[in-house]
Formats: sequence, structure tokens, C-alpha cells
Amino acid sequence: MSTSTPATTTTTGENQDARRPGFKERVNGLPRPVKIALWVAFALFLFLLPLLNIPFVTTEGSDFGGVLFTVATYVLVALGLNIVVGYAGLLDLGYVGFYAVGAYTVGVLSAEHASLPWLLSVPIAIGIAMLSGIILGAPTLRVRGDYLAIVTLGFGEIVRLTLVNTQWLGGAQGISDIPKPPGLELFEVPAIDWSSGAPVVDLDTTSTFLKFGITDFVPYYWLALIVIGLVVLFDVLVKNSRVGRAWEATREDEDVAELMGVPTFRFKLLAFALGAAIGGLSGALFATKSGFINPQSFELILSILFIAAVVVGGAGNRWGIIVGAIVVSYFPERFREFADFRVLVFGLALMLLAIFRPQGILPPRRTLRAKKADERQAILEEGEASA
Amino acid sequence: MPEDTQPDSTQPDRTAANPTVDESAHAPTGVMDPADEVTEINPDVDITPEDIGPTVAEGERLLEVDDVTLRFGGVVALNEVSFHINKGEILGLIGPNGAGKTTCFNVMTGVYQPTSGGVRFLGNPLGKRKKFAITKLGIARTFQNIRLFANMTVLENVLVGVDAHHSTGIGSAMFRLPKHRREEEQGHARAMELLEFMGLAGKADELARNLPYGDQRRLEIARALATSPQLLCLDEPAAGFNPAEKRKLMELIQTIRDQGYTVLLIEHDMKLVMGVTDRIVVLEFGRKIAEGTPAEIRDNPAVIAAYLGVDEEDAS
Repeated sequence: MSTSTPATTTTTGENQDARRPGFKERVNGLPRPVKIALWVAFALFLFLLPLLNIPFVTTEGSDFGGVLFTVATYVLVALGLNIVVGYAGLLDLGYVGFYAVGAYTVGVLSAEHASLPWLLSVPIAIGIAMLSGIILGAPTLRVRGDYLAIVTLGFGEIVRLTLVNTQWLGGAQGISDIPKPPGLELFEVPAIDWSSGAPVVDLDTTSTFLKFGITDFVPYYWLALIVIGLVVLFDVLVKNSRVGRAWEATREDEDVAELMGVPTFRFKLLAFALGAAIGGLSGALFATKSGFINPQSFELILSILFIAAVVVGGAGNRWGIIVGAIVVSYFPERFREFADFRVLVFGLALMLLAIFRPQGILPPRRTLRAKKADERQAILEEGEASA
Repeated sequence: MPEDTQPDSTQPDRTAANPTVDESAHAPTGVMDPADEVTEINPDVDITPEDIGPTVAEGERLLEVDDVTLRFGGVVALNEVSFHINKGEILGLIGPNGAGKTTCFNVMTGVYQPTSGGVRFLGNPLGKRKKFAITKLGIARTFQNIRLFANMTVLENVLVGVDAHHSTGIGSAMFRLPKHRREEEQGHARAMELLEFMGLAGKADELARNLPYGDQRRLEIARALATSPQLLCLDEPAAGFNPAEKRKLMELIQTIRDQGYTVLLIEHDMKLVMGVTDRIVVLEFGRKIAEGTPAEIRDNPAVIAAYLGVDEEDAS
């Protein structure tokens, strides 16, 4: 990049403070050690979140660790669905199907018909979910847009109805006694008690890292957090490569992408398979934590909520869809006291979002450099207007 | 002194310390001179296609269209059309609206399968090859109505084209294998070269949809060149251009040819076609009615009739 048009010369200097730099820019502007420290602090905060018992944030009615675990599974699902919907632009309305395949594979392999160890049944569940994605995708990815949405919608329902009607899979009763993952029990983390008004370390209430019991759901949340970290890393690496570009080109204009040398079908199928695998992984975690699954856990409404998480957050931006997943899963839990009005308030919130942030809470933003280019443009235009 | 201008900048200095002086000297009314907006290309940047595989010698037949007929139900879009393109030439494909020019492009790039006849590239029939496979073979195109990847950056648009010859898959990307690194580095270098050539390097990080119209047209050409084609098909690249821009485009097309590409050009503007092409093929109602050098085409009565629809006496 040796040439630089005159426009590039105005980025620094007195124009700098004319515009408030965005959050991402400010973070990126920090020196490297500070950045690392910030990331570590953030990770630590997420790790301790269920034990801090922060007033107002913590759910009163239900166990906060359990709620956070649910939120984490939604985040995981949203990350997977974002690859399909956000990157590759394929509207998948039956995503719960893959979630169910993951959960039931673990159930069948470790409780119902065999007793494989958890560490073996989860990878198999991911593989089978991926396979189901390929089996569904191979014939259906030839249709586009609305048609694909209808076909996938059907898939979600087929999976659920099959579960209800197949005795081998437990029928309507489902599968119970799904074993816990092996524990590590490395160290104990005490909780914080706010009952006196000020935060006090409560040494009597502790959670053990990673002891998977039946009353304390915090370790499950930690497990999900680790998995999310890995999936995000995977997402970043794949997105910033030929694969990610091929997905985006396909989303933008499939015919042109094909004419520019992108084997679009292959890449769509890849997106579908990866999305299915992550959905299956999320389902496997869900089955592990609850220890019991039945077809009612995989209703159509879940697919809609998953899509809502991605659309609300901003399809195509991984941080946006994480926020979306939190919004969709956490708020209904936090405001349980509104009981019957929950769905009404939720619907209203979605409508408001559609009006004020149609691209989602955090729409996909271009790279930092792209933002700078936009700024340059704006500064240039201002300069010309005032001249 | 962060505001220093680039000493090597050849363009008029609009942004440096004293923009007002320059502005007022240039456009006293405050209206931008449209000539300023035309992005200058850098013809010296080397954009020769990379490892294109087997090819033919200069002047030999690169692509042959053999008796291609294409029917849509009862409509005959192309009727036994035959012509060829020699390596290293600029061939013009002209004809009135609806003559089948773009349809012809679509047959050559695998969008449509001909009802009968076929297309041969480097002597081999294209057959039922997929579109992306034909691009890999070495035929690239632009579109009459601009079809960029609007929500991707300028650089990413070109990278998609470069990627046509890459094979990084999910595994190499995930583990950042050497193959991924090599292809990313080589691809970025090639893409930036093309953008510099087109004068778009400074806009590499802008979204394609935010570019001015003329730049979008140039970006389409850059993206097509990125696939390292042996044959570059331009579908009305001058549509919507003013005469000054058209002149620049002609120069650009000639520069591209001089850098080792063969160009097939669809164009309405007779002046542009006559000025830039080596040979011309004329279509009307799906049939080839003439073929020859620009001079021959200009005097061909069939072509005149096709374009004016009347005798020469009536036209005057």
C-alpha cells in the first residue's frame, strides 16, 4: 500500500477530537499490555459473574447460575446461527432441529441405549448434528430465500414430531438420567453476599471449579463460557479468511459470487454444516446440564427466538448477536415477575428495535480501517462545505 | 507536523494545510470541477495475469463460439452465432438493444447452456462446466448493471476475485496453516496492485456501495481482473459515463490489453467501439450480421440499416 491519495493525510491532527472515537477504536488505541489486561479483567468478570450476586442484575426468582447457563447456550446457538444467517445469508427457521439432534445424541449414547462417557458422546453429538446439517442442506440449499426458510421450518418440526413418536428415543417422556461431565475440582470460589447492604465475601457459599453437581449450576456456566470462548476464536479465524469472504460474497450476490469463482454451493453447505455442529454442541450442553430432555424442550418457538437473537443483535456481527442472545434469553428471566405480560413486553421491545435499530443493536461494522476511511470522507466533505 | 502532504502525490492537492487556496483557484463558485472526480488510473502498475496455466500464442484463437443457438421456449435469443476471439485483441460485440449481446456473454460464462452448438476455450469445449469452473479456466466478466458485493469493502471485493485460484479451506483457515498465510499475503498484494492500477488504493477500506458511480465501474473491472482471466468480458462498461470518462475508459481498456489480457467489449457507443477495438462482431435479433475491422463495419450497409432501421436517404 504505497500510494496514498491526498485524502489519507487528514486522519490525524486537529480533526481528531471533532468526532468522539468509538468504543472499539479507543480499545484498539491502547498499548498491547493494557489491552491484554482489559481482556483478562473482562474474562474474570464473566467468570465470577454468577457469584458476585450484583443487585438488580441477579435474577431473584430463579437460580442465577442456571439463568446464566441458559443465556450461555443461547449465545452459543446464536454464534452458530450467525454463520448460517449472518455470514452466508441463508435463512434457517428450523435451527432448533440441530439443537435437538445434539441433545438427543448425548441422551441416547450416554443414558438411553448406551453409557458412553460424556467426553466421547459430546463430540459424536457434534458430528451427528453436522451430518444432519449436510443431509438437510445437500438437497435444500439449491433453493433460495423464502423457499429455504420454509424447508428448514419443516425440518425443525419433523425432528420434534419424530422425537414425540419414536419410542426408541423415549417418546413424549423423553430421556432422563443423562450423566454429568467428569469433574476436575481444582479450586473453590466463594460467593459475595449483599444482604447487609455492602458486598461481603461469603465463605460458606462456594462453587467448585469444575464440579458438576445437581444443585449448583455455576460450573455448567463456566463450562459453557469456555466453549463460547473457543467458538468465538474459531469464528474469528474462519471469518477472516477466504472462507469468510466466500460466505459474504454469496450472501451479497450469489450469481455474481459464482461467476467470480466461488463454488457457492460448497460454501453454503459448509456454513450449514458448521452452524448445525455448533447448534448440536449447544444442545449437548443443554442435555448435560438438565439431565433430562423431552420433545417439549425443542418447540418451534425456540427456532424463532434463536432467529430473533441474531436479528435483534445485528446479523453478521458476532459481538452484536452475542448481545442479541443475551437480550432474548436474559430479560425474560429477569422480569419473570411480569409473568403473563412477559411476551407482550418482549414483542413490544422487538417492534421498537425494528423501528429504531433495523440493522440490529450492533450492526456489522466494518474494520477499524473502514471506519477511518468513512471519517476521512466526512472530514473531506465538511472541509469542502466550509471552503 | 502530521499534516504533511505526500511529496510524490501527482494529484492536485486538495486536502493539505491550505485547502481553501486550492479550492478557490479551482472552482470559484464552490462547485467541484467534475474532472476532479474522475479517478486517475496508474497504467504503470504491473497487473499481468499470474500463473494462467496453458494458453495459446498471441494472435491464435483463444475462444470460439460455434453455431450457438439458444432458445427460450419459442424465442430464439441466439441463432447460429459463430465468431472467435484471438489472444491479445480487443473484440467489440455490438448490436441494437435486444440483439443478444449479453445473452452471448451468458453462454460464454456458463450462465446459460446453448440449445445447440457450443463454446470452445483454448480448443476445449466448455461443455456443462459450472460457472465458477469457467472463471477458473480464465474467463471473467463485468455486468451491465453494476453488481458489486455492496456490503463488502473495496479490497474484499477484489480479494473474492483473487480467491478464485486459491484453495484455503476451513482447516487451513482455522489453524492458520502456512497455506492460508501464503495465499492471504499473495492475494492481498495482488489485490492492492490491481486497486493501485485502477486508482482505487486509497479507497480500499470503503464499502463498495459508498463508492461514486465511476469508481464502482472500475472496481467491477478490478474484481474481474483479480481472477487472472485470459479473456476479460466487459458488458457495457461505459454505460452512464460522460464523454471525458468514456475517453479515460478507452485508454484503460487499451492499457489492460497491453498488460497481456484479451478483451471482449460490449458497447453501445459506436465512437468508443470504433476507437478502441481491433475487430467488431455485429449482432441483430440474435444473428451475426457482420464481422470485420472497425473501418469495414462503419461502411457495412447491413450494420447501418440495423442501427438506423431505415435507408441512408431517409435518415438524412
